[in-house]
Amino acid sequence: MSGAQLSSRLGRTVGPVWAGATSRRGAELGLLAFAVLLPLLAYANVGLAIDHALPAGLPLYALGTAALALTAHLTVRRFAPYADPLLLPLATLLNGLGLVMVWRLDRAGPALRGNSPAAGHQLVWSALGVGLFLAVVVLLKDHRRLQRYTYTSMALALVLLAAPAFFPARASDFGARIWLHLGGFSIQPGEFAKIILAVFFAGFLMVKRDALALASHRVLGLYLPRGRDLGPILVVWGLSMLILVFETDLGSSLLFFGLFVVMLYVATERTSWIVVGLLLAVGGATVVGAAEPHVRVRIQAWLDPLAAFAARSATTPGPPVGSEQIGQALFAFGSGGITGAGLGQGRSWLIGFAAKSDFILGSFGEELGLTGLMALFLLYGLLVQRGLRTALAARDAFGKLLATGLASALALQVFVVAGGVTGLIPLTGMTMPFLAQGGSSVVANWALVAILLKISDSARRPGPEPTRAVGT
Amino acid sequence: MNKPIRRVSVFCMVLIFALLLRTNWVQGVVADSYAENPNNRRTVYDQYSYPRGNIIAGGQPITRSDFTNGYLYKYKRGYTDGAMYAPVTGFTSQSAFGSNGLENLENGVLAGTDDRLFFRNSLDALTGKQRKGGDVVTTINPKVQKAAFDALSGKKGAAVALDPRTGAILALVSTPSYDPNTIAGTSGADGDAWKALNADQNQPMLDRALRQTYPPGSTFKLVTAATAFETGKYQNPDDQTDTPDQYILPGTSTQLHNDSDDEDCGQATLKHALTISCNTVYGKLGADLGKEKLQAQAEKFGFNSTVDIPIRSAKSVYPTDSTPDGTAMDAIGQHNTAATPLQMAMVAAAIADNGKLMQPYLVDEERSAGGTTLSKHAEKQLGQAVSPATAQKLQQMMVDVVQNGTGRNARIDGVEVGGKTGTAQHGTDNKGLPFAWFVSYAKVGADTPVAVAVVVEDGSAQRGEISGGGLAAPVAKLIMQAAIGR
Repeated sequence: MSGAQLSSRLGRTVGPVWAGATSRRGAELGLLAFAVLLPLLAYANVGLAIDHALPAGLPLYALGTAALALTAHLTVRRFAPYADPLLLPLATLLNGLGLVMVWRLDRAGPALRGNSPAAGHQLVWSALGVGLFLAVVVLLKDHRRLQRYTYTSMALALVLLAAPAFFPARASDFGARIWLHLGGFSIQPGEFAKIILAVFFAGFLMVKRDALALASHRVLGLYLPRGRDLGPILVVWGLSMLILVFETDLGSSLLFFGLFVVMLYVATERTSWIVVGLLLAVGGATVVGAAEPHVRVRIQAWLDPLAAFAARSATTPGPPVGSEQIGQALFAFGSGGITGAGLGQGRSWLIGFAAKSDFILGSFGEELGLTGLMALFLLYGLLVQRGLRTALAARDAFGKLLATGLASALALQVFVVAGGVTGLIPLTGMTMPFLAQGGSSVVANWALVAILLKISDSARRPGPEPTRAVGT
Repeated sequence: MNKPIRRVSVFCMVLIFALLLRTNWVQGVVADSYAENPNNRRTVYDQYSYPRGNIIAGGQPITRSDFTNGYLYKYKRGYTDGAMYAPVTGFTSQSAFGSNGLENLENGVLAGTDDRLFFRNSLDALTGKQRKGGDVVTTINPKVQKAAFDALSGKKGAAVALDPRTGAILALVSTPSYDPNTIAGTSGADGDAWKALNADQNQPMLDRALRQTYPPGSTFKLVTAATAFETGKYQNPDDQTDTPDQYILPGTSTQLHNDSDDEDCGQATLKHALTISCNTVYGKLGADLGKEKLQAQAEKFGFNSTVDIPIRSAKSVYPTDSTPDGTAMDAIGQHNTAATPLQMAMVAAAIADNGKLMQPYLVDEERSAGGTTLSKHAEKQLGQAVSPATAQKLQQMMVDVVQNGTGRNARIDGVEVGGKTGTAQHGTDNKGLPFAWFVSYAKVGADTPVAVAVVVEDGSAQRGEISGGGLAAPVAKLIMQAAIGR
């Protein structure tokens, strides 16, 4: 047993004053209660708005989520007592709000094209996600063990990323080939690859950071790395471009590449990497944007989101076509206005296209308005910042890199999805972490939070290095 | 590594901040332009998510808002006697067919989105009261409307009845009509009905009373006679005119004929010429008066301008560029003269009310859902079309038309009725079946409660059977009887 574990165990049983002050488990429980209660109220609200009655499933759902949250809390209390107290409540709240919205969209019934009840599945997936969270919290004794799997991770990530390209595309995939269909069951390997790649990058960079940082020559005021050190970034850049071309998945390419550049920058503390990375990204995106029709269409839709309506004759009512999606989302946002239509009182099905995945943000914007959407973004912002704070506090380079990677991956994903749906940047097609319907996404993001939680636990744990722990 | 992590953290905050700015822009600054975009179906669904206000005639609503509990549309518009009231109500469609008539023009009040309802709507939103649109009270008298619609049914035509004293429109009928109920919804049947209505050669959706102009034919002789008195060319209805038995149009060798050549039109008096509707007398009178004077008088009656009742009428035309022979034809309502039934009703109403031309109006009052008056029509005089003396002379002549002339079919026992028939030629070389016109008023004691214009298109397959007195006068008689209760 390590010294840190011993002291923590002593801390809980004997209870020195400072140890209790840093664990903040009580705060976590309070916030968690709020994070469970708020979606319950939202659930009741949707029921009252649509059926003028409380949803029949309310008591069971209340018991279920409360039990899940409590189990999670007790597990954290037992296995990660010094973990950041905000991570679990934030994930619980986002997941809960997502569930309510998926249920609400279920209730749109036949008005939502191709609608099929999904809230039940999403609930099962969320429970599985929390299960994986618990497993990671219990089984991952020390996050540094992940370092052992650096190259295994690389291989696994490559397999996961490449796999969809070997599966036939389906019409229901809306253009991007990012799904694995196994029987009646489909997973989106990119969501898991995100975490596994962060593990690989952290392990790789921890080893190579000195070589990357120091062995360089100066060109035009920038410290450029040596060619052989430049290799990995070029390989990852090439891979992300390949993903983009073969799976037409701009979002994942952007995410993986951004993730790598950020981690490289943090590992080497060299700004030149950012410059090189940006140049490569812009260059690659320009080439692909010009050559790949699927990507070009999305850029056109971004530049003029309402063009699709002008093209369609106003006198022929018909189902919206795919390219109207951003315009429809903007209509939803516009109709939502500042305070929103109210939960259950919007007409989210008009977004039509994949209303339960990327565009679930449109439903939030319509029913909760600017106020609700800003609150959502701030919740994500808070989650990301708690992750980065964990990175700052972590005592080992691997932990720092991994936490930075995971937190910035979350930030990039939120930005890419929300930016796409609100028309800030071209639409790329990823899922909104925790909110959107989709098993892979929910499960993977719960695992992500679990790893962050474990790193924060070890970072905040009062240990033999008291000076490093100050300020956490 | 902490320095770059801090920078990454700032970068992540910038990303989130960019999203916050973007949502503020989309949902705060430009939200309305997206919310009100015509392609945003929410605007249509919103309109039918609470009861729409009603259009009211004679104290009774002629529209409904039926609760259908449809998923997209909670309420559906319904019309009572839809075909009869179609020119008044117009239609509003949940499909993408749009709306017209009062449904369109009064949409703000009916849908409850009018700014004047903002306070009440806000109050209702706070108190949780269900939102409801306001009502529009029309001037239509259901009895008169029904009489006109029944009398015209089976014919193609239009009728307008006005209260000459106020300008209130008592009846507004156009046939063949359509039932707005058939195109109010979203079903396939609604789409089929819409296509059928648009493809129908009889143009059932055309509001002939307001939006269609016809050559007014002999009914325009009233305007020519008015010009004769107003310009001082003649003083009395019994003044003899200087008309040859055979009138050759000025500058041409074309002879202008009367309905039959044995009519005693030569040197006829103004009154007699109107009574038997002499083309030669009024054609020559028009040519003698000249186009400027005729135009000035026609415009005093409302020609060459549109009227908003608030539904906008088509512009009735008195041409400004005719040669003298054309002016002779214009003066008897042929050639390029064209008038809506509303315009001819205004001519009859002005004459009946001693020359005063009142602004015709269809909407008497706008009300909030709670019954508060939002606006009430204030009677407005458009002008003095002719002097009272001239008006009385014209009345004498019109009474003679009904008593002894071509308008006998409009006689009502015990009531003073004045009228003028018209049988308007049209089409290339006048080959089309003529339009039968009748304009009239009825006087009860010293009061004139109603003036009417009726036009019947293609009333009979036999050209010879078509005449204003034969086809249109009986319709006008029924309308006037309904209005005065005889």
